[in-house]
Order: sequence, then structure tokens, then C-alpha cells
Amino acid sequence: MSLKQPPILKVDNLKMHFPVKEGILLRANKFNKAVDGISFEIQPGETLGLVGESGCGKSTLGRCIARLYEPTSGSIEFEGTDITKLKGKALMPYRQNIQMIFQDPMESLNSRHTVGDILEEPYIVQKIGDRASRAKRVRELLDIVGLPARSMTRYPFEFSGGQRQRIGIARSIALNPKLVVCDEPVSALDVSIQSQILNLLVDLQKEFNLAYLFIAHDLAVVKHISDRIAIMYLGNIVEESTGESIYHEPRHPYTKSLISAIPVPDPHLRVKREIITGDVPSPINPPTGCRFHPRCPRVMERCKIEAPLLRTIADHQVCCHLDDL
Amino acid sequence: MAVLSINNLVTEFDTDEGRVRAVDDVSFTAQAGQTLGIVGESGCGKSVTALSIMRLLPQPMGQIVSGSVELDGTDLTQLPIPQMEKIRGARIGMVFQEPMTALNPVHTVGRQLTEALLIHKDITPDAAIREAVGLLDRVGIPSPDVRMTEYPHQLSGGMRQRIVIAMALACKPDFLIADEPTTALDVTIQAQILELIKELQADMGMSVILITHDLGVIAETCDEVVVMYAGKVAERGSVFDIFDRAAHPYTRGLLKSIPTLNTEPKSTLSTIDGMVPGLLDLPEGCRFENRCTFSHEQCISKAPDLQAVKDQHQVSCLRWQEI
Repeated sequence: MSLKQPPILKVDNLKMHFPVKEGILLRANKFNKAVDGISFEIQPGETLGLVGESGCGKSTLGRCIARLYEPTSGSIEFEGTDITKLKGKALMPYRQNIQMIFQDPMESLNSRHTVGDILEEPYIVQKIGDRASRAKRVRELLDIVGLPARSMTRYPFEFSGGQRQRIGIARSIALNPKLVVCDEPVSALDVSIQSQILNLLVDLQKEFNLAYLFIAHDLAVVKHISDRIAIMYLGNIVEESTGESIYHEPRHPYTKSLISAIPVPDPHLRVKREIITGDVPSPINPPTGCRFHPRCPRVMERCKIEAPLLRTIADHQVCCHLDDL
Repeated sequence: MAVLSINNLVTEFDTDEGRVRAVDDVSFTAQAGQTLGIVGESGCGKSVTALSIMRLLPQPMGQIVSGSVELDGTDLTQLPIPQMEKIRGARIGMVFQEPMTALNPVHTVGRQLTEALLIHKDITPDAAIREAVGLLDRVGIPSPDVRMTEYPHQLSGGMRQRIVIAMALACKPDFLIADEPTTALDVTIQAQILELIKELQADMGMSVILITHDLGVIAETCDEVVVMYAGKVAERGSVFDIFDRAAHPYTRGLLKSIPTLNTEPKSTLSTIDGMVPGLLDLPEGCRFENRCTFSHEQCISKAPDLQAVKDQHQVSCLRWQEI
């Protein structure tokens, strides 16, 4: 894959601030800065993995990209068009091209609709085809994700977690999108089912040249599916590089401790881990300077005052003041 | 040395659709000072095993039908409730998965911590408060005296789990049962909590029974491992037996299906096809038969018993020698 291709998605300095309403008058004096100045690109057919702890803003970022939220500022360009401020009808063609897979396949499927209805709905919304052609297409979709055609007349509760996630995936690819935002698609599933779904996602990507924004907290899973990985901490991207490089040569102290914290499924490799102390601070009142400084094992005076900018070191983008990264 | 042995435990639940056997003939022994891991997928009976040991099954649906849970020779399943209450907390502590539901939201941390001490120990309320502050300090909570007066919602997930651990350890039990203690936590917090459990174990010489679905956590922390599948023990042995010499096709399949940091990106992961059979219509033969790549005619009709592979390594498979 050449990097010279124009990116399918270009995000520039994206911010999503939620007002925190307080007091009797419910005035918003404070803001939850869930996403605070994020920039990245995704090439056609590429997977960008997004990793971070809970509350770092990774899901909010995914929802902004899918335009389920209207971002506070910054821009999201899809194939060269800024979709950040589009509304209603103007957004419809982009809805076809950017789809989403959610974490909990029970909550994201309407329990009162049959699987056939659920999978037909995207075509009805987008006014594509007639009844017969839509039914045919639904059977094709079920076949693609490995479910029998008779599933059409059944309801979501009749399926297991893994099968429900297959239905969610079928719905997301119904309109032949170019980009799919996968928000923790396997974290609710059992280990033996996880690998089935990961294989399906990889196969679909190859077959339909899909680009993925793959959001997860399980680093081994993200590394398996991603071409590049961005590590998020408290609303910012702190490091970005290729999957191999992030794991074998992490540069940012946060990335290092995150990788060191993953339990390795090999009892021969029990090592003394570098454990970072403390919790992720609140995004309503984030620390000054570098947001990681209260937990950083290598904190300097400068880090408490001045926020670092992303800079390029070898094939990494790193957001840190340290000069020996 | 304290020993907890579970012998041929059978636990059943009454449901609307009929009686289901959630734990079927499960046996294992936890030795003092060791960490025993129980690993399996959702619905395999690992949590029900823990609740059976503690006699905390939801009543009246859940019942221990047969088998015994022996703590130093005393069968806990036969104890009258008041005596069982003396064991819970004092001899066996328990840590649950979701710290927010394990804590009472309307009581302060201090009140919940001192409760266990006042019930099990003959001490004054003042002494209990002093001891509770010491416990919070021991589990790594900053400014413990302030935290005593706070409510669970004022704390982060990692802190709440530390408090649940402090409660479980208040009376220095011989055994700690931790049911998915880190599943609801982030990976950096998970590392902190696992490290804390290890430290406390070394300090107090207690034995830990760790229930998890995460093979990484098992490999990092356990000495002995029990692999459960559909209510039965599929395989058990030392952590090295399980990770280096797995004999059961299910254990092998699980180990192969997890992506690690060293697997080739986007390569096809090996999978275990199909699904766990429902507990309402279990097959007559081996429960893993429908997903097993080594399935044979005899596996359909005959249920396997646990057989010794070597020393303490046991497997429940008819064909383990051939595969």
C-alpha cells in the first residue's frame, strides 16, 4: 500500500467538548474535553488501531467520525470533503460510506425486529432497490458473514453473542461503505469466538477494500488487525506508528507502560513489570502541561507547565518532551 | 497447612425451562500459599463453582446436589448457616468482578470495612477503625483516613477494587477467591491489582483461587490451573502442563486462538468453530465433541472421565493419547 494515495479520511485538530451542566440553573461552566485536538489520516483499505484506557475519548472520537456527534471544532475530511458541519440530507451519502460496528451486539440490534428487517433497513433508509432485490441482498449479506439464510425470520435474542456480532457486521457492510468504525467489536465476546470475528473482519477488509478505524483496549487484538496504531491518553494521541514498531520499540513512556502491563500468555515469560501508579485523571479538569505527567515515571519540571507537541522520531509520531526517546 | 478441596461437586439451578446442571462433578484442591486459576468461557460454571464454595448461590434456585467442599477436613456444604457465616470472610475471603456492585452505595467505605472486623473479631469500634485505616494503607490507597468517610461513587474503579480486596482480607483469611477481579479494569490498573494480590499473598501466606477468562492473567499469576468447559473440568495441571503440554483439544484450541504480540498481523487466527452446547440439552458423550477436530464415534456416545496424563496433570478426553 503506497502512502502517496490520497487519504480516505483526514482528521485535523478535532475537538469534542461536552458541556457539564451544574447547579440549579444547569449552567455549563465546565467542559468535558473528551477529544481535545486530534489529527490523523486513514488510507483506503487500511486499518488504524486506536488504543487507550477507559475515558481516554476513543469511543467519542469514533462517534465523531461516524458523525453521530457534531464535533466542537476541527475538521473531518472524507475523500476531500469536510463533513464536520454537514447536516440532514447533505450527510446522507456519507452515511453510506462510513458505517459503525458497536461493542455490545445485544444493545445495538433492535430486539423487536427480525434479522431480515434489521439488515433491510439501511436499504430502505437510503431508498435502494425494491422488496425482492433487498431480500436477495439480505440473504447475500448473511452468507458473507457466515449465517444461514433462515436467520432472516429470527430475532436477535435467538442468537449467541458471536452470531449477533456477525449480524452487526452484516448491517455495517450492507451499503458497501469505504470506512467502518469498529468500536470494541470483540471485547464482549469469549476468547474462542473473538478469533472467529477477527478473521471475518480481516477477510471482509481484503474482499471489499474496507478501511477500519479499530477501537479497542486489548492491545494484542489491535496489533493483530492494524496496519498503524495510535495510542490515546486523555483526549490526545500520544504516539502513532506501525503496529510492529509500537510494540517492539515504543517511545512514549505511556506506551511503554501500557505494553509492559499486558499479561503475556506464556508462564515462562513472567517478568517484573513496569507498573505505572495512579488512575487516569478526569477529562473535565485535566492536568496542566503534559496530561500524562502525574503518572509518568520520567516526569520533568517542564512537563508540568508546557504541553508537548507531536513530533516525528524515526517512523513514530510522539508527543513527549524527553529528548532520548 | 490449610487445604481446600472440592470433591465431585454438582450444582444445579431451577430455571423456567427446567433444571440445569451448571457444575457437574468438579474436583480440585487448593494448597496453602499457592495460586490456583480457574479458566473458561462464559457459562462454563467457573463462577458458580466459587459461589458453591462460599454457599452464596442464589436461593432458592441454586442448590448443591452432591459432592463436598472440605476446608481442613470440615465439609462446608453440610454446615448450618450460622457456622458458615463464621467461615466467610474469616477463613475464606471473596473478591467480585464488579466493585461497584460489590460495595454498598449508601454506606461509607469505613462502615463497610469495619463491618467485617466487628463481626469476626472481638474488638472495639475504635480499634476496628484503626485497623481499617491500616488495611486501606496496605492496599495502596492514598490518604486512607479521608477515604474512610467517603462513599464508593467518589472513588475510581481501581480504588474500589482495592477496597473490596481490603474488605476480603480484613480478617486475614487462609483463602481468597477472586472472581474476575480485574475484568472490569483497564490494563494498567489490572497490572496494579494483580501485583497487589501477589504481594499480599506473599505477605500473609494465603492461597488464592483466581477465576478468569484471560489466559494471559493465568500465565502471569497461577501455579495450578483448572480449565472448565460446559460445567466440567476439561483439564487440570500445573501452569506449565497447561501452557506447554496441553492435552485437551479445547485447551489447545484456546491457546492457539488468542492473538499475541508475536502473531503475524492480519494472519488467519485458528478458531474453535461452533458454540458451547446449551446446559439444557447437553450431549450424551463428550461436551466438546461438536467443536472438536479430533472427534470420533466413541466421543459421541461416551462421556470421558478425568485421566492422569502425568503426576498432577489430568485430562478429560478419550483420545488424548492419540492426538
